[in-house]
Amino acid sequence: MPRSSQNPWLHGFAVLTACATLGLIALGGLVTSHGVGMAVPDWPTTYGYNMFLFPISQWVGGIFYEHTHRLMASGVGLLTGVLAVWLWLKESRRWVRWLGASAFFLVVLQGILGGLRVTLYKDEIGIFHATLAQMFFTLLCSLALFTSAGWRRLTKTPIQLSSRLERGLLVATLLILGQLILGATMRHQHAGLAVPDFPLAYGKILPPTDAKSIEAINQHRSDVRDYKPVTAFQIVLHMTHRMVAFSVLLLVGWLAVVARRELRAGFGFARWMYAWVALIVMLALLGAATVWSNKAADVATAHVVLGALNLAFGSLLSIATLNCARLASKSVIVASEAAGIGSSLSPARSFVATR
Amino acid sequence: MKSKSTFIAAVTVCASLQLTSAAEITGKIILKGTPPPEKNIDGLKNDPTCGKSYTEMPTTHFYLVGKGGELADTFVYIKAGAKPTDAPATAVTLDQVGCQYQPYVFGLQTKQKLLVKNSDPVLHNIHVTPKAAGNKESNQAQMAKGPDLNKSFDASEIFLTFKCDVHPWMFAYACVVDHPYYAVSGKDGTFKIANLPPGKYTIEAAHRKAGAVSKEITVTGDNQTVNFEIELKPAQ
Repeated sequence: MPRSSQNPWLHGFAVLTACATLGLIALGGLVTSHGVGMAVPDWPTTYGYNMFLFPISQWVGGIFYEHTHRLMASGVGLLTGVLAVWLWLKESRRWVRWLGASAFFLVVLQGILGGLRVTLYKDEIGIFHATLAQMFFTLLCSLALFTSAGWRRLTKTPIQLSSRLERGLLVATLLILGQLILGATMRHQHAGLAVPDFPLAYGKILPPTDAKSIEAINQHRSDVRDYKPVTAFQIVLHMTHRMVAFSVLLLVGWLAVVARRELRAGFGFARWMYAWVALIVMLALLGAATVWSNKAADVATAHVVLGALNLAFGSLLSIATLNCARLASKSVIVASEAAGIGSSLSPARSFVATR
Repeated sequence: MKSKSTFIAAVTVCASLQLTSAAEITGKIILKGTPPPEKNIDGLKNDPTCGKSYTEMPTTHFYLVGKGGELADTFVYIKAGAKPTDAPATAVTLDQVGCQYQPYVFGLQTKQKLLVKNSDPVLHNIHVTPKAAGNKESNQAQMAKGPDLNKSFDASEIFLTFKCDVHPWMFAYACVVDHPYYAVSGKDGTFKIANLPPGKYTIEAAHRKAGAVSKEITVTGDNQTVNFEIELKPAQ
């Protein structure tokens, strides 16, 4: 069977699967935002029915969100399975084939984790389930990238990057992943409104965490969803999420400025960096809106979805640019060996795209 | 035969003395301070089935307070000093009516039977989320007007949460103790604990939002009045 790294239909299918996964993350976000993760008490059945035969008339209240999340998850599982098989049969690059197989393994694991979250009553599993969802989405986006014509062009485009830009990209991406884990922990520990105002925190720069203040906070806390009492841990968790968000914004903003200064003004990399900054600013605004709207389900879910996009965007940008930088370092070594200079060149100080 | 009759008579006399010396504790809970306003439950009003039961917008009822500060839904119980007793044979009932739990706060003894009813024409899930070791979390479906569910709890726990995730505004709180000396304050803020034997006790009034206040009491056989004031701190 002929294999190729150029298959537009396969690329299109990878994009479709990634889009469906983003929709699934949105539905999962709605489940948690509405606090209805346990609205269907059994799994893999739904109120004793085969989940695909559960009567639509019973899709009421919180069941609607949880049940449609399960159905869509089954759809994404199916799409991922088809993608993995398709890659296995038609893709010429072995490492891409194995990435497809990994995606299938992850989607199965995700399904089982989602089920165990329901049957074992463990919030911790919910945190892991939410984090893995974001990583799975990033993996699918990377598969869409690797199967694209754009990736083939990128593999022929060496870019010399400074080591601080290389390191900065990696650190920023990891920081965003850490921020998503913090966010998932906040959501599943019900700490989203542990601090109900923004940009201040209980009207101060640093919120109170002493026992008397916590008691007063809980006496006056009032919400239809009757959240568990606020704890000092929840307040610290919430504030950490805000501080990491600020750090990510500063870091990526600085990286964009550095990229602009070190690369030619018109070069695409710097423009993509600015797009990343814009995405992070939007994410931060949605985070603030989540607090201002008393954690309205649609706003909180939009924040989650944009967080997933942010991780995927940062990861793909890092993968693409680091790959181009690797090409550049190879070409520098080859050129210097050909000229008989040796391979002792220090990292480039001036950054010129050599396309 | 004669000695047996004498023994029974003696036990009866002792029991009668015990009953006559047991006291009744009554009192009132007063809330000091202004509670936060209750929230409208839009989801309930807009619910296609349960919403029909409400002509006005239903609200939360975290603080049911009278004009003089009389505080309802406060669990008053002997926190220390009471001897554990066997659970009574009678069951406590928790019903679901108009997509709300009734009652909102209730007491029962450890191992006492709790019947959970569904009087609604819609299904609910009964999600019990205890914190005390010995009480297990559970989540069961209950179809519209379906058969009652039986629950019981092995460990004492105040404000053990019942929730329905299908209707995320539905909450009820069980207060489980290992003796019968407890009461829940009514709308007038009053409570009554009956048949408390002589002794020294710690009595506590606990409100889920406002907090708890304890007092030491000595029961000698006379009825007593024990009032509580729970203070709301200024909002942060």
